[in-house]
Amino acid sequence: MATYPGGLTATVPAVRTRALVRRFGDRTVLKDIDLDLAPGEFTALLGRSGSGKSTLLRAVAGLDHGVEGTGELRVPDRVSLSFQDSRLLPWLRVLDNVVLGLHGPGARRRGLTALEEVGLAGRERSWPHELSGGEQQRAALARALVHDPELLLADEPFGALDALTRIRMHDLLRELYERHRPAVLLVTHDVDEAVELADRVLVLEDGRISLDLAVGLPTPRSRRDPRFQEHRDTLLAALGVIQPDSPGTGAASPDHGRRDTGAHPTGRPVGRTPADDDPRHGLHEEKSHAPHA
Amino acid sequence: MPFGRLLGPALILAAWWGASAAGLLDPRILSGPGTVLSTAVDLVEDGRLQGNVLVSLQRAGLGLLLGVVTGVSLAVVAGLSRLGEYLVDGPLQIKRAIPSLAMLPLLILWLGIGEDMKVTVIALGVAVNMYINTYASLTGIDSRHVELAEVLRLSRLRFVRRVVIPGSLPGFFVGLRLGVTSSWLGLIVVEQINATSGIGYMMFQAQQYAQSDVIIVGLVAYGAFGFASDALVRAVERRALSWRRTLAG
Repeated sequence: MATYPGGLTATVPAVRTRALVRRFGDRTVLKDIDLDLAPGEFTALLGRSGSGKSTLLRAVAGLDHGVEGTGELRVPDRVSLSFQDSRLLPWLRVLDNVVLGLHGPGARRRGLTALEEVGLAGRERSWPHELSGGEQQRAALARALVHDPELLLADEPFGALDALTRIRMHDLLRELYERHRPAVLLVTHDVDEAVELADRVLVLEDGRISLDLAVGLPTPRSRRDPRFQEHRDTLLAALGVIQPDSPGTGAASPDHGRRDTGAHPTGRPVGRTPADDDPRHGLHEEKSHAPHA
Repeated sequence: MPFGRLLGPALILAAWWGASAAGLLDPRILSGPGTVLSTAVDLVEDGRLQGNVLVSLQRAGLGLLLGVVTGVSLAVVAGLSRLGEYLVDGPLQIKRAIPSLAMLPLLILWLGIGEDMKVTVIALGVAVNMYINTYASLTGIDSRHVELAEVLRLSRLRFVRRVVIPGSLPGFFVGLRLGVTSSWLGLIVVEQINATSGIGYMMFQAQQYAQSDVIIVGLVAYGAFGFASDALVRAVERRALSWRRTLAG
């Protein structure tokens, strides 16, 4: 049994990577990623552009043929991926899009149930272009859920939505997650989204996991909660967006949780403090979630 | 304004009518509309018009069918396999640069001046149009849709049926509309070469006897079929691509 930073325990992780490396030409985008995601764990993956988060997601999704790489990667049988765009086929009606990957009798029945769950009951005969952006993403979620995934991968699924629609989609995703309990790996660049939705937040920096943060707040989460703010500041500091607060104000140092500060010879923002030896609540060193059986 | 577009043609018709009624037009150069109409009635009554139209339609239809089948088959071979692309695409891009009608002397040498040659000339023009457009749309299939098919682990068959065919249908229809136009063009040319039947033959004969009224009946027949066939293709296209939201509606 292993205990995951998100607070879950399980014998076999849903996703397991060891020394995962991915290279594009001379550029090593993923450097020795060791990662375990527990079954049913909601994890958000944060990182600046070029940090390698999309590369990691595509590797886990098995969409990176032709990319040079090494390492061990284990994923469950039933994996669904939700893209940044809804990626509905414009020539199929909504229900046909949802059941596109399903076979056998009962496919339509399952598709209708999934559409009902995402709040699109009665829209099964619509064309994708007749739906709003938020509705298209709902349909895409239904298409992902209809496979009853053990692992749901989501690549910035709300990035193209307006702010109000995004709030509603957050609620929907969290609700669906709590009902179906797949392991979730959500790639996002939105720190608030990560803290609001995920139970564990990873920060990817320069091809390595630089921070592994357990959120540990009850849901639904309020952004006014001081602990929410604390997590937010920790993550923003880790992303180099804000200066870390001086000791004693309650925010953690961004370098805390790093495995090896020497591993980041390039691309470091100026004004960062060196590694802080003071471990704080909610932060985990990446190595701390080994060993696994 | 409803039927506003008919105003121009109506004015031309009126001017033609007026000029011939006033005796300004030599009937050997251009017969009046009344003469053309009565000639058309005569041609229908003695069966000459229907007989020639039928022959012409057969030629154009057969050429179109052969051209569509050939062009689409080649596009599928070139679009779905790398080897096929290497073998097929080069020669067809070269062929594209040579107008089909320029091949006429060679085709007459090979196939003679009979129906085989006529249908082949038409089919050749159609096939190139079908190939170019269908191949372009096959290779232009959205890579995001290919990725989706991979994520959903679609079978090859379902991938072709749900992604490839619908995705390349717009290009197919562009090719079909151009192909239909080119089949009429080919028809007009081949019917001037030693034909013994067809609308073109009828018009060619009329030219020798200075029967401008018969020539105009033939032109109207060509125009009517060109217009009707294009309208038909567009109607089919609208049905098949009803998912598309275009500005044209």
